[in-house]
Amino acid sequence: MSTLPQSVGIVSAQRAQFDTPLQFQSGAVLPRYELVYETYGTLNADKSNAILVCHALSGHHHVAGYYASDENNPKDRNIGWWDNMVGPGKPIDTNKFFVLGLNNLGGCSGSTGPSSINPATGQPYGASFPLVTVEDWVESQARLADRLGIQQFAAVLGGSLGGMQAMQWSLSFPERVRHVLAIATAPRLTTENIAFNDVARNAILTDPDFHGGNFYQHGVVPTRGLRLARMLGHITYLSDDAMSDKFGRGLRAGKYSFNYDIEFEIESYLRYQGDKFATHFDANTYLLMTKALDYFDPARNFKGDLNQAFAVARANFLVVSFTTDWRFAPELSRTIVKSLLHNRRNVSYAEISSTHGHDSFLMQHEHYHNVMRAYLNNIAREFSA
Amino acid sequence: MNPLDHSALAAARPDFAAIAAWIPQGALVLDLGCGDGSLLRYLKDTRNVHGYGVEIDGANIEACILNGINVIQGNLDSGLSGFENNAFDYVILSQTLQATRHTERLMQEMLRVGREGIVSFPNFGYWKNRIQILSGNMPVSQELPYQWYDTPNVHLCTLHDFESFCSQHRINILDHRVMTGEHAVSFLPNLLGSTAVYRFQRGK
Repeated sequence: MSTLPQSVGIVSAQRAQFDTPLQFQSGAVLPRYELVYETYGTLNADKSNAILVCHALSGHHHVAGYYASDENNPKDRNIGWWDNMVGPGKPIDTNKFFVLGLNNLGGCSGSTGPSSINPATGQPYGASFPLVTVEDWVESQARLADRLGIQQFAAVLGGSLGGMQAMQWSLSFPERVRHVLAIATAPRLTTENIAFNDVARNAILTDPDFHGGNFYQHGVVPTRGLRLARMLGHITYLSDDAMSDKFGRGLRAGKYSFNYDIEFEIESYLRYQGDKFATHFDANTYLLMTKALDYFDPARNFKGDLNQAFAVARANFLVVSFTTDWRFAPELSRTIVKSLLHNRRNVSYAEISSTHGHDSFLMQHEHYHNVMRAYLNNIAREFSA
Repeated sequence: MNPLDHSALAAARPDFAAIAAWIPQGALVLDLGCGDGSLLRYLKDTRNVHGYGVEIDGANIEACILNGINVIQGNLDSGLSGFENNAFDYVILSQTLQATRHTERLMQEMLRVGREGIVSFPNFGYWKNRIQILSGNMPVSQELPYQWYDTPNVHLCTLHDFESFCSQHRINILDHRVMTGEHAVSFLPNLLGSTAVYRFQRGK
């Protein structure tokens, strides 16, 4: 241990413009697009120390640190979503690695997405923005890597939907990734998982303010749908135990008031989370991201045989799951491990005891972080030796 | 102890050298209950094996990853369902047999996923253990360092017990080594040997 973990400090977002058309899995073509990204640490001379962090459903390019505009506002800084994992002396150590985070295509944090202006029409893309798959994202990420001169990533990693992208890297570009860290993820969603996503989508699709995805022109936002989608999602990302521990059956007024206002603490929390989310997240992006989750299924091209799907992979793998994650349950991670073993890939698997459900992968957790740190330190040894 | 210090390691765990002697270069190896990964690291360095460990304890998972070996977190007592038939050349159970609950099933599982099995275990028939029992106490020694109330060892056996188990379960013993400390024991092994290592395969 060299130094105490620190923040990467002040960071700034950068933009990359792409004018080569991108053909999506759906067949749609996006003639040009922009990706917004952030980097932390220093790319070494032979560009062998780069790590790509892929984000999950509601994530973005702001992985760690804070912006200069928040420097004099230490109490209410917009801190990166994985700041506990990425930084000097943290498991993804920016003293060793050059870390790249981007906002995926179709996102709503700066990269081209449904809420961006379509230069062909001068209007937001809205419903006309193509549905994006995990494969499409990986393709666009590879183009960003080309732009930055990164031929091969030391590691590509992510949790949940981010883990799917990390795995897809080993399938789309086997020679361009040495290690994949697939955290709290799945080789494909379960039926129940797709069902949850569909309820969330229906909440948005049936909101009268949705206007078939073209709500921007109407000057409204389908906040009711987004709120419901987020509330439902939030329940499934936690565990029953975590919710019980945090809120129990606590009543805000201390007694029943026999009406439909907010009574239980959990109701207050969920509505707050829903409201917060609905003010900044784009409804079309939410729809598109949940569809990308549903579509991901690398075994599909091999008659459902995941072993065959992973046959092209050349990377080494770390697979991590969490005991109370019922949305991306440990048995789904074990399926990934089994297929990697079948293909004799180097793979380690850690099943972390945690009470926080699916959200565990974002939490500060000593053992989880030690596992990540140990694996990543070994990667760092490969290029510092 | 530095896990890469092989002479110190072989002295501390004499069964490691015996196991390594049986394993050819580049073999595919599964080590059940691999602890901190010392044996796999030793086999990787001395035999260039392609190995995986199975381990239940989180701290050991960290240690294995630090040791640079593949480790799969799992409970041996729930079987080896995560592993395919005949996936490995050798399946090793080093100083773990006596701590498994479903020992019978695990031995069969070893020979399902591996071509050959290797187990090492403390010999309960070792004379020092017998003396402690004769004097009225459960044995406590270097090989059996636990008190009766905190021991993970629920299925201790003697060399005789293990051999008759194998013959009853149609398991062919191919080779074995008995030792006390670093020294090989060939005379009265069930009495004079503190540790045994067996290599076996499915009976025809």
